[in-house]
Amino acid sequence: MKLTLAGVSHHKAPIELRERVALDLETCGALAERLEGEAVLLSTCNRTELYLVQEEHAEELAVATLAELAGDRGDDLSAALYRLRDEAAALHLFRVAAGLDSLVPGEGEILGQVRTAFEAGSVGPFLDRLFRQALHAGRRVRLETAINESPASVPSAAAALAQQVFDDLSGRRVLVLGAGKMSEATARNLVSRGADVAVVANRTLAHGEDLARRLGAQAIELAAIGSELERADVVVSATSASDHVVTRDGVATALRARKGRPLLLVDLAVPRDLDPAINELDGCFLYDVDDLEAVVAETLSGRRTEAARAERLVADEADRFREWQASLDVVPTIASLRALAEEIRDSELARAGGRLSESERKHVESVTSQILAKLLHLPTIRMKEAAAAADGVVYADVVRHLFGLEEEERRR
Amino acid sequence: MAEFLVVPALLAYGEAAFAYAGELRGPGLAGRLATWGVRLGWLAQTALLIGQGVSAEGFPWGTWAGALNLFVWLVVGAYLIWGCTPRYRLLGLTVMPVAAALLALAWAGGGTALDEGDRSGVVLAAHAVLMLAGFAGLMLAAGMALLYLWQERRLKRHERSVLRVRMPPLDALDRLAARTVLGALVVLTLGIGVGAASFERGDFDAAMVVTLLILATYATLLVLRHEGWRGRRAALLNLTGFALVAIVLPLTHFAG
Repeated sequence: MKLTLAGVSHHKAPIELRERVALDLETCGALAERLEGEAVLLSTCNRTELYLVQEEHAEELAVATLAELAGDRGDDLSAALYRLRDEAAALHLFRVAAGLDSLVPGEGEILGQVRTAFEAGSVGPFLDRLFRQALHAGRRVRLETAINESPASVPSAAAALAQQVFDDLSGRRVLVLGAGKMSEATARNLVSRGADVAVVANRTLAHGEDLARRLGAQAIELAAIGSELERADVVVSATSASDHVVTRDGVATALRARKGRPLLLVDLAVPRDLDPAINELDGCFLYDVDDLEAVVAETLSGRRTEAARAERLVADEADRFREWQASLDVVPTIASLRALAEEIRDSELARAGGRLSESERKHVESVTSQILAKLLHLPTIRMKEAAAAADGVVYADVVRHLFGLEEEERRR
Repeated sequence: MAEFLVVPALLAYGEAAFAYAGELRGPGLAGRLATWGVRLGWLAQTALLIGQGVSAEGFPWGTWAGALNLFVWLVVGAYLIWGCTPRYRLLGLTVMPVAAALLALAWAGGGTALDEGDRSGVVLAAHAVLMLAGFAGLMLAAGMALLYLWQERRLKRHERSVLRVRMPPLDALDRLAARTVLGALVVLTLGIGVGAASFERGDFDAAMVVTLLILATYATLLVLRHEGWRGRRAALLNLTGFALVAIVLPLTHFAG
């Protein structure tokens, strides 16, 4: 069986092309069902990839399927299309599942997308093994490296810090001060991790309403944030005010009503919006833009190290898959050899059957079974090892020739 | 023969304690080695305790060293239930070095040897086990409080490595410590109730006073927490309570 992958991704394909070949999960499943053999279609905003397992013409079929999706302008496709086979295709899927091929390396969403694509696909033993191992590789990378905990920007660092304080951000209330791009980017990052932007406060209410509408929040004027401070879990501030918008006393007053709940404050403005003395208050954690940039610089250096570790883990998983795939070459030979041995044993036992009592027959059966198992154990292991070292086919041919397995199969 | 199982248990706990320190550089092999150290050590210690239980005619953990041996087993067992998950792995950094040190102390004091044990009745044995289980929970809660204070300090000081070194989230530590204290208090109360069944007038001693003081301290912690004493203050009160458990209780209980 040959594994073939054809696909386009953010590396080479512009968004216009990716849009044309992008499919929803239901269509992916239906298309995979329509194709012969085993097929899984992985379609996300950054990639569309078709994994096919067939004896022949898999590559042509995969390319033709993607070309059909791309429509009339199939020429665009050939420039962006990549095709991989067997080991290279498996390694690619493992890297994808681990987030190493993503736009933001290490991002976690892709693992779930690979899982749903696998579940929707038309899967047989080969793709089942491949995708399960890819998911395992993805989980290992997330578990054993910190690659997905290394934010690459100030807004994502702010969101990651919120998770260090609160763990799960689901239902956590975010108060946004200012309606600029930095406020929005940070708020969106928090929302992507489950937080709920409740209020946008801005000096000009109309501007605040725009952002509030986009984030599904309520807009208020900056002067009215007193009671919101009592309820918020995270405060993100990036106004253009020339003085502190939130003072230490203001937060201290709010803390009395908070019953000890922690409060994370992120000040992205220069000059700063939030009084630095707020950080001295019990349960308050204030980060300004310099603090966040220092955290990002530290994690970026860590991310490179983590990415190298993740690549090693993925290569390790790909090796295991290659060994399993190689063992498939010798499995039919091993099965034939064992069948031949069993057949000889059965016929000899049948011939001797009349001369043996019931207990003697059982004893002879047990002994001959053990002899066969012991005799065939080492050749089986050696053939699997040879398969892993790429000599499997040669060994299998020799065994087939020495034991006359082909003649036996024809006779049967 | 069974008493020599303390050696692999101690080695495994020690290995785990060192490996958890390696986890500080980032998640990976060190963390997994630590987890396996905890598991294997706990299995070895379980076998040791079974050996002690089988060979003794009475309750084999009645001495201070024996009680320490059982206490360590309960602490590590409770930690194993959820502490070994990757998210909370660094809790092992506060638990395993102490567990290894206490087991070594129990060994030195003869608490891991096979002997006849004392002839306490079933009620007293149940009382001892429940009390030790309660204190084990309080030790775990103290470990969480310690980790809370450490993580809070890192966040307050804006340490650059705050996202690189994977610590349990602050709020989760606070909540889990409170839940663990609540669970431990329930077990302790049960233990006191069982002990009271064999209580006779004139038995009231310093150890009982300290036990009740510990119960009151932790109950106060839970009430105050409900009123808003969370985070740093709750962690400090938690550690104060555990100081009573760790320092005062052994002195009053075993000094005689």
